[in-house]
Amino acid sequence: MKGVFRRVAPQLFTLSAVIVLVSMFFPSFWQIVYVNDRLVGIPIDIVKRGAPVALLAIGMTLVIATRGIDLSVGAVMAICGASAAWSIDQGFGIWAALGIAGAAGLICGLWNGLLVAVFGIQPIVATLILMVAGRGVAQLITGGTILTFDNEAFAYLGSGTFLGVPVPAVIWVLTGIFFGLLVRRTALGLLVESIGVNLRASTLTGINSRVLLIAVYMGSGFCAALAGIIATADIRGADANNAGLWLELDAILAVVIGGNSLLGGRFSILASLLGAMIIQTINTGILLAGFPSEYNLVIKAVLVIIILVLQSPRLLPQFAVLWSRRRTSPQTKTLRAAMTEDRP
Amino acid sequence: MLLSTRDLTKAFPGTKALDAVDFDLKAGEVHALLGENGAGKSTLIKCLTGAYRRDSGDILFEGQPIFPQSTLEAQAIGIGTVYQEVNLLPNLTVAENLTLGHQPRRFGIIHPRAMRAQAEDMLAGYGLDIDVRRPLEYYSVAVQQIIAIARAVHLSGRVLILDEPTASLDAREVQMLFDVIRDLRKRGLGIIFISHFLDQVYDISDRLTILRNGRHIATHPAAELDRMQLITLMLGHELQHETATRHRPAVDPTDAIRFSGMGRRGRIAPFDLTVHKGEVIGMAGLLGSGRTESAEVLFGAVPGDSGTAEDTNGPVDLRNPRAAIAAGFAFAPEDRKTEGIIAELSVRENIILALQARRGWARPIPQAEQSRMANDYIKRLDIRTPDADKPVGLLSGGNQQKVILARWLAINPRFLILDEPTRGIDVGAHAEILRLIEDVVAQGMSILVISSELDELVAVSHRVIVVRDRQHVSQLTGEDVTTDTIVRAIAAPEAEPGSDSAATREVMA
Repeated sequence: MKGVFRRVAPQLFTLSAVIVLVSMFFPSFWQIVYVNDRLVGIPIDIVKRGAPVALLAIGMTLVIATRGIDLSVGAVMAICGASAAWSIDQGFGIWAALGIAGAAGLICGLWNGLLVAVFGIQPIVATLILMVAGRGVAQLITGGTILTFDNEAFAYLGSGTFLGVPVPAVIWVLTGIFFGLLVRRTALGLLVESIGVNLRASTLTGINSRVLLIAVYMGSGFCAALAGIIATADIRGADANNAGLWLELDAILAVVIGGNSLLGGRFSILASLLGAMIIQTINTGILLAGFPSEYNLVIKAVLVIIILVLQSPRLLPQFAVLWSRRRTSPQTKTLRAAMTEDRP
Repeated sequence: MLLSTRDLTKAFPGTKALDAVDFDLKAGEVHALLGENGAGKSTLIKCLTGAYRRDSGDILFEGQPIFPQSTLEAQAIGIGTVYQEVNLLPNLTVAENLTLGHQPRRFGIIHPRAMRAQAEDMLAGYGLDIDVRRPLEYYSVAVQQIIAIARAVHLSGRVLILDEPTASLDAREVQMLFDVIRDLRKRGLGIIFISHFLDQVYDISDRLTILRNGRHIATHPAAELDRMQLITLMLGHELQHETATRHRPAVDPTDAIRFSGMGRRGRIAPFDLTVHKGEVIGMAGLLGSGRTESAEVLFGAVPGDSGTAEDTNGPVDLRNPRAAIAAGFAFAPEDRKTEGIIAELSVRENIILALQARRGWARPIPQAEQSRMANDYIKRLDIRTPDADKPVGLLSGGNQQKVILARWLAINPRFLILDEPTRGIDVGAHAEILRLIEDVVAQGMSILVISSELDELVAVSHRVIVVRDRQHVSQLTGEDVTTDTIVRAIAAPEAEPGSDSAATREVMA
């Protein structure tokens, strides 16, 4: 537990700093009231609106841990949302809709996984294919229109509440816990980190790296399906052009803010989820602060740069020295330098 | 002396890549640099060309100490390098490649006609009849190689380093390249030639320098050193005293794994091998002879396209490493960094990894059990690490090798393949690994040891297989297992130079 806290300390610190910053512009940040069986307040809004990026970040963390990347998740959201809306529209009912959407996400992940693991295509290119083609597929499903539907049970997933908490927030927290337990209570996490650090050596050690890679991309597709369901349920309609648009980039950003290396290896799903919340707090905060909307993206970019610079591996040891002097002894520092520099 | 090094030393974590090396290059000579993998050839070259910074020692160019900080600086001093993989730009024209970085300009923009003239001027005297306006990739690798040489000579002009320049050329192209090299020698350049084709080395070189384990072993005129003496110097005789102590436990002839016709086109010719329980088989041969390729076929790392394996229970599946591991095989590869360790993971995780992979993801090894195993092996193999949770990449080469051995011992294999288990390892760890081999063999494990160090092979092996030109050429047993017989088997029958090297190249391509 102590190790986990130490791992996510920079993200917790950043999140607190961003919240303090937002509260300065908007003092009533922490005002949460209970009306009509639901909690209402800015923090509640953040955990609800951050749901799609948080869900995508879960799958993206695993993909990035294998030294890959999944650019298709935004398009997969659109495909899965469209599939769900289509099923409801056809009168198949909510369970069939969820099943079909989930299956669509898994199939998309299987496609990406096959391209990467079997055909050896670089992940960024392999998933780019579905990123571009996926919106076309989604449009084919919706017939080129925004496919709206009327189904209270399905809409509940997007705008309902459970014990006062928005359902999307419940979904991402439960999904995060599920994946967290799945990778840390089994050996999956270790095996994923191993193939991310050294695929060849891992294969020679007897790890079934091909199957593992495919499974990881399927996990990412499944998370995208959940995100797509929430996005579709929230607006009670599937918009093939805009559902999940550019969210793959926010998801990657969340993983990076979570301190996970794009070079693969060690990962923390919790840290990525905190990263997603940091991004959403910034988004919401900018809106609340009442800046003209044309400033939003620029302000977000500036904040992201500041966060990444503060968390960069080059600067982090120096903060750590300030924080507590015993953590990085000069000896481990030179060892680390030797390890990264001279590789004959 | 045109170029000399004195006491040149360069260390990497865990190993001394160069240990007080003295080396002299005269003007107007071709000087071959010889040694097995890890002998220090490329480190020496990289120190000379500024790609690495030396730890200590001097580099003298015409008697003046030089301190090249980059390959560009070395070039400006007069030291040019051409690598095996031509590092020019294939999609630019020959002329652009030759003049890149110093194109003739007029009014600030490149002057195409002057550039062409300059390029043709640079190529004059190399016997090439080519159109410099064509893209470089239009021409064969040999021509590209010569263009690269022309560029290096033009820019540097005093010392030319050729690193495996013939690896992808055919016999005729080699002669073409050698004509160019002879011509440059006549013009007074000092040429350092690196190749593991001994025929070519004897064909072109005036003097030979042999490196082993980062140390300068000998320098001789090529005419005064025959092939056998050369191989002996390359492979070394350092553990002689241990030879006497070797013992050969009885081998049970019924309990064996039999491989027949195992091979893969272009990598290793089909071979038969019988591995008895509790037997150590040595495998000797020069670099690139097919030793590692044999091991990879046996382990399914690069699966064979022919052959079968069977034991007392029937056929053994060797499609891929997973299947081989399931059959009780294990393989510690030669290249520890890229194929062995998982650098960022801890010593503990590296040790339990093979066992975990075999148990499957759904049955994790409990933390307490992992720590117990890791600490157990750390103690048993004397792995020097502050604790089991240090990333294995921070350990020295010898300790990394012990971690890999521990990883395999943890699954208790019946057949363990060790490819160069002691390369780049300090003397202490070296002896410990040899002792470990004897221990596990006494418990009934069978081992295949591939090594360039013949004394080591002689010390541990019950029999030795000699590999040459991608074939298993002979097997030495009993009293025949001595360094002399192995060297003779590696060097013997000297094929006709041209055809031999051509055949070798064909299978290597």
